Amino acid sequence: MEITSSKFKHIGINSETNQTIVRPSITYWQDAWRRLRSNKAAIFSLILIAIFTLFAFVGPTMTEYDYKTNDYLSINQFPSSEHWFGTDELGRDLWERVWEGAKVSLFIGLMAALVQTTLGIIFGGIAGLFGGKVDMIIMRIVDILIAIPYMIVVIMIMVIMGSGIVPIIIALTITGWVDMARLVRGQILQLKNQEFILAARTLGASSGRLLFKHLLPNSLGVIIINLTMSIPRAIFSEAFLSFIGIGIKPPMTSWGQLANIGARAMRIAPYQLLIPGIFISLTMLALNILGDGLRDCLDPRLRK
Amino acid sequence: MESKKILEVNDLRVSFDTYAGEVQAVRGVSFYLNKAETIGVVGESGCGKTVSVQSIMKLIPMPPGRIKQGSILFEGKDITHYSDKQMQKIRGSEMGMIFQDPMTSLNPTMKIGNQIIDVLRRHKEISTADARKKAVEMLELVGLPNPKGRINQYPHEFSGGMRQRVMIAIALICGPKLLIADEPTTALDVTIQAQILDLMKDLKNKIKTSIILITHDLGVIAGMAERVIVMYAGKIMESGPVDNIFLNPLHPYSWGLLKSVPRLDAFSKEKKLSAIPGYPPDLFSPPKGCPFASRCNYSMEICYEAMPKMTEVSNGHHVACWLTHPLAPAVNRKSAEGNKKNE
Amino acid sequence: MNKNKKLIEVSGLKKYFNLGGKRILKAVDNVNFFIREGETLGLVGESGCGKTTTGRTIVRLYDATEGKVLYNGEDIQRLGKKGMKEFTKKVQMIFQDPYASLDPRMTVGDIIGEGIDIHNIYQGKDRKDRIFQLLEKVGLNKEHANRFPHEFSGGQRQRIGVARALAVEPKFIVCDEPISALDVSIQAQVVNLLINLQEEFNLTYLFIAHDLSMVKHISNRVAVMYLGSIVEITNSEELYTNPIHPYTKALLSAIPIPDPVVERERQRMILQGDVPSPINIAPGCKFRERCFNAKKECATINPQLTEVSPGHFVACGMC
Repeated sequence: MEITSSKFKHIGINSETNQTIVRPSITYWQDAWRRLRSNKAAIFSLILIAIFTLFAFVGPTMTEYDYKTNDYLSINQFPSSEHWFGTDELGRDLWERVWEGAKVSLFIGLMAALVQTTLGIIFGGIAGLFGGKVDMIIMRIVDILIAIPYMIVVIMIMVIMGSGIVPIIIALTITGWVDMARLVRGQILQLKNQEFILAARTLGASSGRLLFKHLLPNSLGVIIINLTMSIPRAIFSEAFLSFIGIGIKPPMTSWGQLANIGARAMRIAPYQLLIPGIFISLTMLALNILGDGLRDCLDPRLRK
Repeated sequence: MESKKILEVNDLRVSFDTYAGEVQAVRGVSFYLNKAETIGVVGESGCGKTVSVQSIMKLIPMPPGRIKQGSILFEGKDITHYSDKQMQKIRGSEMGMIFQDPMTSLNPTMKIGNQIIDVLRRHKEISTADARKKAVEMLELVGLPNPKGRINQYPHEFSGGMRQRVMIAIALICGPKLLIADEPTTALDVTIQAQILDLMKDLKNKIKTSIILITHDLGVIAGMAERVIVMYAGKIMESGPVDNIFLNPLHPYSWGLLKSVPRLDAFSKEKKLSAIPGYPPDLFSPPKGCPFASRCNYSMEICYEAMPKMTEVSNGHHVACWLTHPLAPAVNRKSAEGNKKNE
Repeated sequence: MNKNKKLIEVSGLKKYFNLGGKRILKAVDNVNFFIREGETLGLVGESGCGKTTTGRTIVRLYDATEGKVLYNGEDIQRLGKKGMKEFTKKVQMIFQDPYASLDPRMTVGDIIGEGIDIHNIYQGKDRKDRIFQLLEKVGLNKEHANRFPHEFSGGQRQRIGVARALAVEPKFIVCDEPISALDVSIQAQVVNLLINLQEEFNLTYLFIAHDLSMVKHISNRVAVMYLGSIVEITNSEELYTNPIHPYTKALLSAIPIPDPVVERERQRMILQGDVPSPINIAPGCKFRERCFNAKKECATINPQLTEVSPGHFVACGMC
């Protein structure tokens, strides 16, 4: 570049360039998604769960069998090209039963998690926001519920209400909301003293506004993570209940139910236990990995 | 002839590789430090002062940081590409560092005495008993009351000012030749700041370490530094003896900075301060010319096109500004300079 | 001299926090001052002195333990729901931390519009226009309304905070260390903005800070706080030229001045000891342990603010 005296012409302050924001706008969710995408294990888990869910609906239509028809001529058959997953002691096609069971197990897992989350948000939110006596009462209830062994409560309710999807969901959620409540309360207590909350209060915001517009949206990360992690817990609990015989009763089926029946035939037809067992394990593993991945990408402190 | 320079930094360029691209934090910084001298590095956030100085001690995580170019000579040795192991020998013994936040810079689970002894024993052959004696001496030197009694206490039992004294003790225990103080008093109350600065001046005279003092507080620089480096957007704008920089600044950024700071001893009728408009540039895509041009009242066409080189205007006083070029128009300095007393 | 009416009057204000056991934190301990309309009162002190608690009690983020805060003659501690609605429009606050004072999940437009929404001042297009107007008033652009706080620098975020406070058209704003977290050149910008707004809207400010140089510059009068009480209060020039309380003298002496010649020639008054804790304060004058002028009597007296010259009040037993 040649230096001439014309270059020394005065320009002065350029208000256009000294104020602009150069970087593109990126929201919290976009940033989180970008980070999740780079976590291969989490993405793989997400795809796996999506496939299972898809097959829960599509799978049964892929063969001509259904899940409850008995066929005494084809009992305890190993997996073959006829019966892709084999048959059980009553000759029912296992492929059909696995996917019917998937519907039930996944549904219970999801519903229980959602109900627990909702109850947890309500109680944790109220405790955190109002503090004082309200907080103390709710937290004492939480403490008591935690002290009672989870399984005893669940089994008692199942015994009282009988088996079926709704009783299971109730049994799982009646004490299951305490974790979420504590988490939400903790988040809210942390956020309550932040200046943006003080600013909202100074502007005259009501408690409801504080909770729904500020506190809960800023706790979503924690809520989603916990939600994701409570699904596998619910699935396992249902599987366990059905396995010990007080959960889902035949002819309806779930993965736990299948494992129950499969255990009886373990010596002669191990695949009957193995197959539902693998599905339960894989689903739980995938959900846990996904939950971990979500925790990494939604934690605001790790944000670059 | 033995060089007086204990540290020489030449054309240092440090960048960070982030997912959105390269952030050029330091873009060609050169300076030197003489033995027993104190230089102040002043600039606002994002100017690159902390990154430059932390690169000297290799405290920048690499990746995502990397030294793109340039060299760092410590006592004549090129330490630019020293490995972590090699640096560990230097850190603590030849170079000491004091950080800004005394609450997070000390290990909360270790007694302060042990933190000092630990550093000493790592670099010198000395028994625990002797090390403890030295630690008590050092704590006394930094003005900690009742050092023998308090040496077994934990950091949380001390106030902010006391913790800072402990940090100074840890930094100085091996008698380092270079002390780096990164905003050492910014987090402290003003009366405690005065105590710590007083202590540092006292130690400076006793121990004769070279000090690099990083801060954004012009008052602290005026009181502590012998030479000053003014940084902006990853580059040095001006450097020179402290009196020159404050009483005869040459760079429009220095003028702006001095004018925007209200002085306690000034009585101005004008309520409004003389603020520099706009904001520092984004270091993702730094401008190709002088980074201060878009905020500068005196900028010219050439300022937007090319970065001016550092030129020596008088003994030791350097400035990187096109206004020093013979073809540039003369500027009315009187109106441009900073606040003076009883204006 | 400002002959306007007293907009804010604080008398006998106390705010104590019970920390459990026998530990009481007396954050604000019998504070008295007034601020006239259009005036700026500076409130300075070091950590633990209670200046932030005072500010927050005035806007009723905290309820006072004792004492009165009068806004326009009305005791705000006695306000009911309706009264509070009006109060939150008239009295606003600007916060210190630009990174924590804006809800990270909301757009800038919504943040500024929150006051408008709560009080239902404007709707629809009027609301949008008002938000744009506020953005421009604080030196930002219309385009910034759809962006999120994390995309802005500290100085810009403080401007957003100012716009948010202005949205409800307040008469009195408590500025709680609004510039402490900002760079030097940005501090000047924000202070100028506050001064301009004060002139344009005839605002009254309580300016809380620990940087005496800035406080002296922007305030008409300055009050110096120590451990929950005001030790000296007078107009800014007088405070610098004729400080009387030993703490004020030490504070002024400790502030570094950006002039190497002055710094070399200064005689510093270095206070010994630490800034004490406001928990379980010992009786007597609170400053006596660090005071270079302390006498035996100081352990038994409780100095009150007395007028030593017109408009200049000092709380010291020995002065």
